[in-house]
Amino acid sequence: MNDIKGQVRQYFLDNFLFGASDRMPADSHSFMEHQLLDSTGFLELVLFLEEQFDMKVGDEEMIPEHLDSFDAIAAFVARKCESSPT
Amino acid sequence: MSGNSQCSPSPKGHHTKALNADVFTMDYGVEVERISQWIRRTLSSTLHKRGVVVAISGGIDSSACAALAVKALGPKKVYGLLLPERDSQGTSSARGKQLAEHLGIGYEQHDIAPALEALGCYRQRDEAIRRVVPAYSEHWKSKIAIAGGLEGGISYFRLIVQDPDGKQQDVRLSLSEYLQIVAATNYKQRVRKTVEYFHADRLNYAVTGTPNRLEYDQGFFVRNGDGSADLKPIAHLYKTQVYAIARHLKLPESVLAAVPTTDTYSLPQGQDEFYFALPYAQMDLALWALNQGHSADELAASIGITEAQAQRVLDDIQNKRRTTRTLHCVAELVEPVLHHMDTINVTAPPPALSP
Repeated sequence: MNDIKGQVRQYFLDNFLFGASDRMPADSHSFMEHQLLDSTGFLELVLFLEEQFDMKVGDEEMIPEHLDSFDAIAAFVARKCESSPT
Repeated sequence: MSGNSQCSPSPKGHHTKALNADVFTMDYGVEVERISQWIRRTLSSTLHKRGVVVAISGGIDSSACAALAVKALGPKKVYGLLLPERDSQGTSSARGKQLAEHLGIGYEQHDIAPALEALGCYRQRDEAIRRVVPAYSEHWKSKIAIAGGLEGGISYFRLIVQDPDGKQQDVRLSLSEYLQIVAATNYKQRVRKTVEYFHADRLNYAVTGTPNRLEYDQGFFVRNGDGSADLKPIAHLYKTQVYAIARHLKLPESVLAAVPTTDTYSLPQGQDEFYFALPYAQMDLALWALNQGHSADELAASIGITEAQAQRVLDDIQNKRRTTRTLHCVAELVEPVLHHMDTINVTAPPPALSP
């Protein structure tokens, strides 16, 4: 799970913050509440998760509980990978 | 103001009007005169132009703007443009012509499809659609719809295509296809604006922007497309009020009865399907509720949705307002250059994050 979070944090730092690590949100911080991602940003994040972790995010899974913080993403991706036959 | 409006305590303890369509009532004669004076003053003392160009879509907003301009300046100083393209509904141009003739203004129709074709608008859009639906061809129809947000999820976009037999497919768009379809489609608003400025330049006129308050507040426009203008006479008016002003100005019944659409995609697409959470009359009330400090439960009772849905609508309005804020701005600068001039840029340090 820490590895998942680390990869997502690195992607976040490179792609959304252009290396400004002082703006990196804490693991539990909501990306929405802290105005870090808009709807296009979430689409980018989903694409990254699907490609990086070889998974598919379903329509019904496009919810803040899965995607709106590093903690949420790590738990969501871990569950998806566990349930995947690969 | 309406004599029917009732007062009730707001959550902040102030007395505000009950949340129903009466809140939008105003003396439309007075408002028309106020806008007319503002148009004349803006043209003469700020813009230094001799009249206005209005692109007429056949919808209520551009029709009301054209009529207000005629009230302010007379028909000889207003020039109408009908700018259809391949996906425009035929009824749009017909309504536009009817309006221009009703107002007695000069106008012309300029089909922008050849320009869009030359720029690759349709080709780029169709190429992105075929990456999602390989069988799609130019004989099919398509549109984009928003999903997720009102159910409490994260907003995303769906592509709906229809083959020549009428059979529809509905698929979620991934990032690159979504961006390319929107980027290609935005050519339409930007080419229209280019044509509008050609006529404005040749006539020494100003270009009128036609957003209503909901569109302006929520960023429902294309930057450097329909968002670009020299004056925006109805940006302070809720769409409900624009309809009322259009009725007050006795615009043709076909214009008053027109259903708001984007008129941008080949399949019929309501504005609420593409961008707004609810039909315009309810969105107007939601925006009013937010602006006047009404609570979600008051909004819910007013428009017949649950309190949780009402809260999501209010959150969505605030989110769109925030995320589209930069659409209104001039280009960012490293430091102020024209210190004495008022600009609206918003660059500011991001909110501090606690560790």
